[in-house]
Amino acid sequence: MNLYDHNNTLTAHHIKADREADAKVPDNLWTKCPKCETTVLTDDLDQYQTCPNCFYGFRISARQRLNWLVDQFTEFDTDLQTTDLLNFPGYDQKLAKAQQRTKLNDSVLTGTAMIGQEKFGLGIMDPTFIIGSLGTVTGEKITRLFERSTEQELPVVLFTASGGARMQEGIMSLMQMAKVSAAVKRHSQAGLLYVVVLTDPTTGGVTASFAMQGDITLAEPHALVGFAGRRVIEQMMHQKIPRDLQDAETLLSHGFIDRIVRRQDEKQTLQWLLKYGG
Amino acid sequence: MAKSAGQIVAASRAEQKITGEQIVHSLLSDFMELHAGGIGSDNPAVIGGIGLFHGQPVTVIAIDKGDTIEDKVNKHFGCPTPAGYRKSLHLMKQAAKFHRPVLCFVNTPGAYPGQEAEETGQGAAIAQNILEMSQLPIPIITVIFGEGGSGGALALASGDQVWMLENSTYSILSPEGFASILWKDSSRADEAAQIMQLTPHDLQQKHIIDGILEEPNDHRQVVQNIDRVLQQQLSQLQKMPVEDLLKQRYERYRKF
Repeated sequence: MNLYDHNNTLTAHHIKADREADAKVPDNLWTKCPKCETTVLTDDLDQYQTCPNCFYGFRISARQRLNWLVDQFTEFDTDLQTTDLLNFPGYDQKLAKAQQRTKLNDSVLTGTAMIGQEKFGLGIMDPTFIIGSLGTVTGEKITRLFERSTEQELPVVLFTASGGARMQEGIMSLMQMAKVSAAVKRHSQAGLLYVVVLTDPTTGGVTASFAMQGDITLAEPHALVGFAGRRVIEQMMHQKIPRDLQDAETLLSHGFIDRIVRRQDEKQTLQWLLKYGG
Repeated sequence: MAKSAGQIVAASRAEQKITGEQIVHSLLSDFMELHAGGIGSDNPAVIGGIGLFHGQPVTVIAIDKGDTIEDKVNKHFGCPTPAGYRKSLHLMKQAAKFHRPVLCFVNTPGAYPGQEAEETGQGAAIAQNILEMSQLPIPIITVIFGEGGSGGALALASGDQVWMLENSTYSILSPEGFASILWKDSSRADEAAQIMQLTPHDLQQKHIIDGILEEPNDHRQVVQNIDRVLQQQLSQLQKMPVEDLLKQRYERYRKF
């Protein structure tokens, strides 16, 4: 039962209509760090978008990251398009929206990049594109990145960010794990370096494949890295799990990550590894 | 009449389904179980070892859901832990060293999602299996004989061929999980199964699998069907030069 006729309410009629005024007000004046709960004035966050207290890296788009990461970049495979194999309800619209927002054809940006004199194959997964889920085009772009880099004898740096498999693409999403892994293995057999940078969140099928196949594995502070989702684990265990179970720092202490690197240090760290690590 | 996807899901999980133990012990004339993975613990959900297949030594890896309640609990109802995947990789590498083919039998709802599994690197364990299997220089054939649950199944199914029993499934997540994401209602699993394309027939059409094996009620006949196809396919794959075998394996996944 409605107390008032909806069209007569102020919200529906007047306030929402003034789009121009709306646009002038920042969406998020304050940003709260989801890890340490420090509140920061959003304007005070610099290009790296990290918490000034705990250095957690907020989720940023691939193109935002690219801006400060490298000196030169040539993009690959911008034309690939996925097909809606399962006729999954609403998938077309979801894809179109994500493409428009991220200026990407799917959840990863790939290409060749330079930092200083170091040339390498670069992939950046985009957590804002359907949570970086692993679709067919995502898998194809990463496979081609490894194949081209093998051909050109280049190392590969891959920033992972993913909610895991893309369920709208069903079993084809699972097959991407095998496809990419085979290309990673060939690249490795050619004696080339593969550096992974785990960013928030890296989970599911991506963790269970190319995120955990690097020669050197870096991670951003407090990035969530895991296989199963927290809710699934808690249902299985019938108990709460530690808050930091899937924090990068926990994985470091268990021996699955080489180093935690803050965003402002990533460029320099990668340059060093590209020069001396492979 | 052909079974619906929902019926196949139910049959794949049926109590009377053939077990990993049964397949291993009736398919091979002699089987010696080996437990070591060299990583802290053994995982009973993964049965591994060496056996004779028509007189030829082969390495066998099978997921088993368990028999008694206690056994089922120990095996997490067929959900392998990282130790299970590491044991299987250890056995596969050993097989490669001694030029033995590898036969994998898969029936799992998925890799075990527990706290300890996270702490011991479930993702990393599966990732290493898939990575290494892509280039092991010996034939690897997998038969999915019940549930083929996501990455937990793929970790033993990224070799040269994958076959399925007619009452089995292979999917990215369970129909219950799919329904709960799509409609926030896990009880609509049958409907979800219809659209997920997880039946052997659907998967063969997409070339995800190489073929379907008939599954009569008599387990001895099921083993005979598995035996026939493995013998045939293995002899084909063993004739191939290793270089061609690995190239064909790469192409098998490259097309997806």
